[in-house]
Amino acid sequence: MSSGIRFDSVSVAYGRNGENTVLDSLDLTVEPGEVMALLGPSGSGKTTALRAVAGFVRPASGRVLIGDRDVTALPPHRRGIGMVVQQYALFPHMRVEDNVAFGLKAQKVSRAEIPGRVADALEMTGMAAYAKRFPRELSGGQQQRVAIARALAIRPGVLLLDEPLSALDAQLRSGMLAELARLHRELPDVSILYVTHDQVEALTLADRIAVMDRARLQDCGTPQELYRRPRNEFTASFVGNANLLPVSVGVGSVSLGGAELKVDTGEVASGVSATLCVRPHLVGLGAGPNSLGGKVTEVQWRGATHRVYVDVAGHSVKADLRELREPPALGSEVTLHFAPEDAVLLAAGVTDG
Amino acid sequence: MLVHSRKGKWATWALFFVLFLPLFALPLLVIVAASFAGHWSGAFPSGFTGEHYSAATRGESLQALTTSLLTALGASLIALTAGTWAALAAARLKQRGDGTTRLSRLCGRTLDTLFMLPVAVPSVVVGLAVLVAFSKPPMILNGTSTIVVLAHAILVTAFAYQSVAAAIVRLDPAYEQAAASLGARPAYVLWRVKLPLLLPSLTAAAGLCFALSMGELSATMMLYPPDWTPLPVRIYAATDRGATFTGAALAVVLMTATLLVLFAVSRIRTKAPYR
Repeated sequence: MSSGIRFDSVSVAYGRNGENTVLDSLDLTVEPGEVMALLGPSGSGKTTALRAVAGFVRPASGRVLIGDRDVTALPPHRRGIGMVVQQYALFPHMRVEDNVAFGLKAQKVSRAEIPGRVADALEMTGMAAYAKRFPRELSGGQQQRVAIARALAIRPGVLLLDEPLSALDAQLRSGMLAELARLHRELPDVSILYVTHDQVEALTLADRIAVMDRARLQDCGTPQELYRRPRNEFTASFVGNANLLPVSVGVGSVSLGGAELKVDTGEVASGVSATLCVRPHLVGLGAGPNSLGGKVTEVQWRGATHRVYVDVAGHSVKADLRELREPPALGSEVTLHFAPEDAVLLAAGVTDG
Repeated sequence: MLVHSRKGKWATWALFFVLFLPLFALPLLVIVAASFAGHWSGAFPSGFTGEHYSAATRGESLQALTTSLLTALGASLIALTAGTWAALAAARLKQRGDGTTRLSRLCGRTLDTLFMLPVAVPSVVVGLAVLVAFSKPPMILNGTSTIVVLAHAILVTAFAYQSVAAAIVRLDPAYEQAAASLGARPAYVLWRVKLPLLLPSLTAAAGLCFALSMGELSATMMLYPPDWTPLPVRIYAATDRGATFTGAALAVVLMTATLLVLFAVSRIRTKAPYR
């Protein structure tokens, strides 16, 4: 039972006359078996989009489809979804096994079948040993596993994950991330809509990422596309780190301050101003192609790397360098470089990063 | 403890006893003392006797206790059902977002106000209202036990409503939504998730209703038929004809019965204590 999700210009608005638009005509298709991350800052409309699929908000206009079914007018319990939320929402008065069996009992699955499916779901999330516990006797990570088992037990075609890892600490989070990736490999037919504000989660887990900001879809593509070839500044800065530099475009090159930089200008017309995006870890120290001279304003040691901030013609350029034996002194003049193919030129609009 | 110094603690305890003993404990102790007294002419009662109790626990007095217990049981069950139902409905009406209009929110607030009324209106008025309302066709309940139970239910429903409504506001909507996403119909969610999670406040409300009904006198006085005399009426009657010690014994019986029921109700819990 594999089914995708389709948003057909879905808008959601709150307020007396619907003046407060929280989701503005979203068009997005999640293919069957695909993991789609909805990535964006808080208030970007990503959770609203997920809740529209779950049936907890009613779109002001547009349609939501699960598989071939138009579910826009269906109540949540008839949509056939599995959902996991940030605060787990395990039923505190039920044991783990009863939590997992809840959906099966509610859907009147035959009594003989329930114990087996509960055991399967708990086995899959590694929680089989905790079946008799109450939720309050489990750690945060364990509760989240139970919540996932509970959602998977009903064998939904669509799994909705709303910031499932944000209540966990960093170490648990990376463990659970690997766990989720494994679950998806074991259940290749389940389409997953994964709402997060964490780019690492999105990059790690998603087949495609939809970047949202201010109630709108900004960009959508595979993690590689968005990371290597972002289409706009918001994507560039939100998916991974980026130096965004205002440049004026020439022919086959751009100029920043006085420096002439060779980059692929693509379809951007010469003579206009544009934004040059360079990832900090692709910036090197020392002379090379596309050199930029500047003064060191700050050095941060991050263990494996040094992040060096250099002031180039009034713009701050970040460089993530492999741990330096002798980091440059503050205020010293340094030269940075980057390969022409590592830079992306974004047309129009400049905000100094 | 908020007070840290040793002296401060002692002072707080002393103040507590100075206020608590004369205001709360002493009147109750006096009743217990009086219920065992043969005479009471000096500062202390004299002539210890258990006779009042043997009178208070048989015949008409025993029947009055049963009447009171049955009335309180009936009234609290009606109040709890109606109050919970109304509180759930009002909460749904007031809920923001999906499918609610300004009109429905107004209805929700109106329900809140309506259920405040029996608290605000003196119980004598409620008693009179019930008497007048059910003394004419088509519903003639005057002179039946039903009218007493009904009046009690009307008086205590407000308390059930308010304590359940307060608990619903605190209930995290995530539970309900998680249940719905798992395919549970609203009735199933109510029965398996919401009511069990509300159980602590439901039992608290039940206890409150029961205790209030057990002690209700003023509305009952206007309504009770001869064959349905609750205990407070008998206490009043005994005291009125000068049999204070008998009244005291009856009062102790009333108090004990109420406390025992409250204790039993407080033992009702879901399998797991949470929060």
